[in-house]
Amino acid sequence: MSVVPAEALPGSALAVEGPAREAAELGPRARLWPALVAVYRAQLSRARVARIPLLFVATFQSVGIMILMRGVVDGGGEAQAVVAGSAVLVVAFVALNLLAQYFGQLRGSGGLDHYATLPVPPAAVVLGAAGAYASFTVPGTVVTAVFGSVLFGLPLTHLWILVAVIPLAGAALAGLGAALGLLAPRPELATLLGQLGMSAALLLGVLPADRMPEAVRFTRDLLPSTYGVEAFARTFGPHPDWAFVLGDLAVCAGVGVVSLAVATWAYRRAAVR
Amino acid sequence: MCAVRGLTKTYPAVRGRRGVPATPEVRATDDVRLDIRRGEIFGLLGPNGAGKTTLVRQLTGLMRPDSGSVEILGHDIVRHPERASRILAYLGQESTALDELTVSLAAETTGRLRGLEAARARAERDAVLDELGLTPLAGRPLKKLSGGQRRLACFAAALVGRRPLLVLDEPTTGMDPVARRAVWGAVDRRRAEHGATVLLVTHNVIEAETVLDRVAVLDRGRVIACDTPTGLKEQVAGEVRVDLVWRETAPLHVPEVAALRDRAVEAGRRWTLRLAPDEARAVVATVTGGAAFAALDDFTLATPSLEDVYLALGGAAQQGLVKA
Repeated sequence: MSVVPAEALPGSALAVEGPAREAAELGPRARLWPALVAVYRAQLSRARVARIPLLFVATFQSVGIMILMRGVVDGGGEAQAVVAGSAVLVVAFVALNLLAQYFGQLRGSGGLDHYATLPVPPAAVVLGAAGAYASFTVPGTVVTAVFGSVLFGLPLTHLWILVAVIPLAGAALAGLGAALGLLAPRPELATLLGQLGMSAALLLGVLPADRMPEAVRFTRDLLPSTYGVEAFARTFGPHPDWAFVLGDLAVCAGVGVVSLAVATWAYRRAAVR
Repeated sequence: MCAVRGLTKTYPAVRGRRGVPATPEVRATDDVRLDIRRGEIFGLLGPNGAGKTTLVRQLTGLMRPDSGSVEILGHDIVRHPERASRILAYLGQESTALDELTVSLAAETTGRLRGLEAARARAERDAVLDELGLTPLAGRPLKKLSGGQRRLACFAAALVGRRPLLVLDEPTTGMDPVARRAVWGAVDRRRAEHGATVLLVTHNVIEAETVLDRVAVLDRGRVIACDTPTGLKEQVAGEVRVDLVWRETAPLHVPEVAALRDRAVEAGRRWTLRLAPDEARAVVATVTGGAAFAALDDFTLATPSLEDVYLALGGAAQQGLVKA
């Protein structure tokens, strides 16, 4: 069907290739920030197609848990833990569980080839997707926090702390989710790990820590979502100790940096097989 | 522009587990040597499992070969696989990364990730969607499109952000003739205007004969022939293919028919024979007259296609190449 003979093409004089030829100029590399924004925007647009029903599920789950706990817990520190735990659970559901599934499927189906054959920094793909999934959690987390505060009669004064809790807990959990999804050898395993991570965040984050045995409390300390829960729970008190809040958020940030770095490494490893 | 030398990749043997049979070691590409010239449409033809996709993954830097070298436009892709993404555009068989995006956003995002400025990416997106007749579908998510339309949308994404080499893995799968024409039209325009080179993976014989400048025939990881489609067909010019379709069973009581049985490839009621022109004429005369004719449903006489070339060269798979 081609009508252009190869000999008549522009530049076909170059077809005679000597060994001492200059290497051709490479196409431009996508820079980190614009590439990250492009990935973020594309991922965010996926929400309209696929993610909205799941966001409802995440929110209903947390609201349901709080209603359930209302019969058991009657205010005080335990109520603060329940509300904070349920709000952060939304972040764990979306950022950890769903992102692990997404990357697991992308890796399993060969979809990573698309990104791997584009000159895009690995960090842009991982951070763009993680950022988008963390953003998906915003409405559900806010609704859960407000609903829970009203339900348990907690003050709404310091809910602004969510502005710090969502991105930092989001970074830590999304990084973990991305790393799990990219490292799991099979997509089903990625789904399983994501579900387990979310279950851990549910059990260890929502249930009050004081009643747990020592071993379980140790596990709780290892889970990054715990620090988001603690930071948020502290702000319900009459005189929050902001130093501790900052300390907890710093742990989230630290885990976020490390897990996103691991996820970026895992992406590189998964892209070239 | 693209030189491949001694490219070898072996998949290790897999031990059997419960429910999963063991697979022996597979040499997916075996000492492959290719030279692709600038501005040509070069094809890799072979049945499924011949190693086409493995070879392409090594050329695009997605897979490291065990040994051998790949040089594209003077760059060593084995040593610097990340450079491949700045030289070539790759259309793989999977669209999962783009499935939930709209056609427009898939093309634009791909352009951005190919290093284009925002305004430039939007302009190229519009131009490519228009060129391929995708503008009416621009706002639809790829997931909601038919297989052929989705493939065309992925092809559009591959074209945003110009590259001197296009690597297309079965680009026209599932496409209707209009979409196919759009694809080959777009490829030809890039060839005429920028001297773009195309590496095409296909198992479609008709497409290979009409589109390709040169073709390498792959079988079990080896290149068994490499020439123009016409040049390859000349290698088997002495042969004619005769297809005989019997009504129910072959009339083996006719001695002439019984004698042919050893040379025929049987597929149900169909016998396929590769014969010298004189023999073919004699066979047609036999089956269209006399006792055999009563048992004959249909017959065709055809000049060799690339499929015949593949079989004549010793290709192992008796089926697997598509004629459509």
